[in-house]
Amino acid sequence: MALLAYSIRRILMLIPVLVGMSIIVFSIIRAIPGDPALTILGEKATPQAIADIREALGLNNPWYIQYFDYMKDILSGNLGESLQTNAPISDEILPYLAATTELTIVSMLIAVFIGVNAGILSAWKQNSWFDYCAMLIALVGVSMPIFWLGLMEQWVFAQELKWLPSVGRDDSRNPVEAITHFYILDTMIAGSWDQLWEVIKHLILPGIALGTIPMAIIARITRSSMLEVMRADYVRTARAKGLAQFWVVYKHALKNAMIPVLTVIGLQIGLLLGGAVLTETIFGWPGVGRYIVTAIGNRDYPVIQSGILVIATIFVLINLLVDLLYAYIDPRIKYR
Amino acid sequence: MKKRVLSATMTSLVALAMLIAGCASTPTTQAPAEKPKTETPAPATEPAKTGPKQLIVGRGADTKGLDPITQTDGETFKVTENIMDTLIGFADGSTELAPSLADKWEVSPDGLVYTLTLKSGVKFHDGTDFNAEAVKYNFERWSDKSHPQHSPEGFEYYISQFGGYKGDANHIIKSVEAVDPTTVKFTLTRPLAPFLANLAMSPFAIGSPEALKKDVKKFNEHPIGTGPFKFVEWKRNDTITLEKNPDYWNKGFPKLDKLVFKVIPENTARLTALASGEIDLMDGLNTDDIPAVKDNKDLQLFLRPTNNIGYIGFNVEKKPLDNPKVREAIAYAINKPEIVTAFFDGVGEPAVNPMPKTMWGHNNDIKDREFNLDKAKQLLAEAGHPNGFKIKFWAMPVPRPYMPEGVKIAEAIQQDLKKIGIDAEIVTMEWATYLEKTRLGEQEMFMLGWTGDNGDPDNFLAVLLDKNSIGSNNYTRWANNEASELMMKAQSTPVQAEREKLYKQVQEIIFKDVPMVPLAHSTPALAGKANIIDYSPHPKGTESLEKVDFK
Repeated sequence: MALLAYSIRRILMLIPVLVGMSIIVFSIIRAIPGDPALTILGEKATPQAIADIREALGLNNPWYIQYFDYMKDILSGNLGESLQTNAPISDEILPYLAATTELTIVSMLIAVFIGVNAGILSAWKQNSWFDYCAMLIALVGVSMPIFWLGLMEQWVFAQELKWLPSVGRDDSRNPVEAITHFYILDTMIAGSWDQLWEVIKHLILPGIALGTIPMAIIARITRSSMLEVMRADYVRTARAKGLAQFWVVYKHALKNAMIPVLTVIGLQIGLLLGGAVLTETIFGWPGVGRYIVTAIGNRDYPVIQSGILVIATIFVLINLLVDLLYAYIDPRIKYR
Repeated sequence: MKKRVLSATMTSLVALAMLIAGCASTPTTQAPAEKPKTETPAPATEPAKTGPKQLIVGRGADTKGLDPITQTDGETFKVTENIMDTLIGFADGSTELAPSLADKWEVSPDGLVYTLTLKSGVKFHDGTDFNAEAVKYNFERWSDKSHPQHSPEGFEYYISQFGGYKGDANHIIKSVEAVDPTTVKFTLTRPLAPFLANLAMSPFAIGSPEALKKDVKKFNEHPIGTGPFKFVEWKRNDTITLEKNPDYWNKGFPKLDKLVFKVIPENTARLTALASGEIDLMDGLNTDDIPAVKDNKDLQLFLRPTNNIGYIGFNVEKKPLDNPKVREAIAYAINKPEIVTAFFDGVGEPAVNPMPKTMWGHNNDIKDREFNLDKAKQLLAEAGHPNGFKIKFWAMPVPRPYMPEGVKIAEAIQQDLKKIGIDAEIVTMEWATYLEKTRLGEQEMFMLGWTGDNGDPDNFLAVLLDKNSIGSNNYTRWANNEASELMMKAQSTPVQAEREKLYKQVQEIIFKDVPMVPLAHSTPALAGKANIIDYSPHPKGTESLEKVDFK
């Protein structure tokens, strides 16, 4: 009961957050210089064409009217239409979100699996050779420029070794037919296992590039959190009972050490879902980050507004989920 | 209990991760050994020999829309030129006009009536007939604001090439008549010499009237024309797939079965994808990478003939730039050959006139001013500025083929100007703002450029320097009556040899009065697999790939 009330309260709290954010996004993109009509037309604009476009976009209305018109549409479930493509944003954004989600899941799997285990082992074998190496690698990983890492991966694994493809989500010579836009699912539904294999191969390099920083952060947090827990009395008791070290670490200590790690994982998933523009750019990944950045370049107001709103909503929802998960894992956390 | 849930979650996470890691570690040994058992026609591992002939073209950005009349950017035309044909085309790799949907054309002596004879038996991809009525329908849609398939955003290129819409004072097309199924008659309100060249521009490709009437919005995502390839699929920001049109009117073409345009934003990553065989052809090659392409025996380099001009402009309404002597002094102080060597990496050449050297009408008799600081100083003194002056120099914030590194080029020029006493302060700002402010004439000295649309000198000289273009593309605000009259006359003279003379005269006036210093023309570089044949990049920046084949 308490959990339900807490959840409802948290969800209600999202509304002012999202409204506030829509206002901020709306004002910022109108405050930045550059006439959208001129940006759309580029070097080849003529005064008449500019006037036509401004009229068609409703840019001649005062900004608050534009804002209220926009919110009215959002509330009726209409995210608007892209100025560039004239297509409804709610349709257009789905494949991008699917592409981003698929990549996020893979990179977070890599990050969590390696990060958590490296962190545990480092804490377990504190001050050992492994600990030093792992933490050094983690430090390098945190400070790694993704751009450089991505290009190096492509150069080594695609160009030189020819093991893995460098760009895109699938083999353009044998394209995946999009059904759900989650290509792993789509190829499984279609039962074409060679394509599934291609899709997985395409996920590896960007997955590693995108997962490196979260992996390093997770490893460091897990290590410090584990070190703290390992000093706790109950862990000493477990050891004193003669329990094998492996079970002490993985069963007893890990659970309590997971709370801060979960926070970080939640935040990182939220960040990655917001679209990792650099990774998407290098790996030609048709994700939501590039969708919005392209829209910014084109002054595609509706796409910028609605795109950011969608991502922000996902971000706060994931954080909500993490909060609820804490309460679930650790009953000592009270629902206030 | 909760303990169990958590450990179960963790274990499944770990298991999944191991699965993926396991997959990753055995890529080369297993994959080729077990052949896929599915019915998919052509496994990716097989080269093009047995499967369909596919060409994957890598490019930097996605198409905005596929209804060409609504668009102005090259990424759109790159695709639509393969799907839709124009009435008149260009010869391979040149701006000479060539037959396309129209086999031949006649111009009346007064230059007011153009009669085009169309190919017969041509069909749109939806099976409907291409004929004079279809041409008439397309022109009505473009020219008439009240037409049901007209667009509220307008057709930018129609306005700029044909002087406005139906009813506007400067609209050039009086009527379009379908005389019989294979004859179309255009009647103009005044002679317009580049009229045929305009018809050859990609935005004026003919679409299927049936498809347009059915759903004009859908046409923008699924265009239907008469071209060598049919539209298949568009995955936004990823790929656009086209397939061979077996009934294409140009018999024997296209050579390819499938054509895929793939977006890879990063130039370096695109080259990696080419080198690793994921794509076959790419544009936007970094000039730094040209040697690497030349050294790689699996690849070949293509250079697109130039069709652009990068220039340093003077706002002639601002003091002291209103004085031609001052402008000439600055022209003497700009070291073009050195700038081209330093910043264009071997794909540029110094410009003399504000139009490409390969275009007809270019005045080759004009000898460019040589870099000469003494002469520049002397001219400054004559102009009454022996000690120079301060000036703001606007530098382009974005790279363009005609101006690869705006700010760095500005800095190089700044150094030389300092030697003649001119203290140039470099100003730069976000691109849209830059265009807006330069259009309003807020700048003093600035840089910009132009890429040609239709291979006609009018498209360079009149666009950039006619007094009627002030407020649109004449950013120098140079209003020279003599030059404008000559350009107007050239525009309405149907005989090319006469036009050529007029344009050469215009270039002399421009050279003498120096509203701008033409800096360079660039030849954009492309790279492709070594076994690609019959690909000739067109100077206008986009081309149909119907003739492209593999060795």
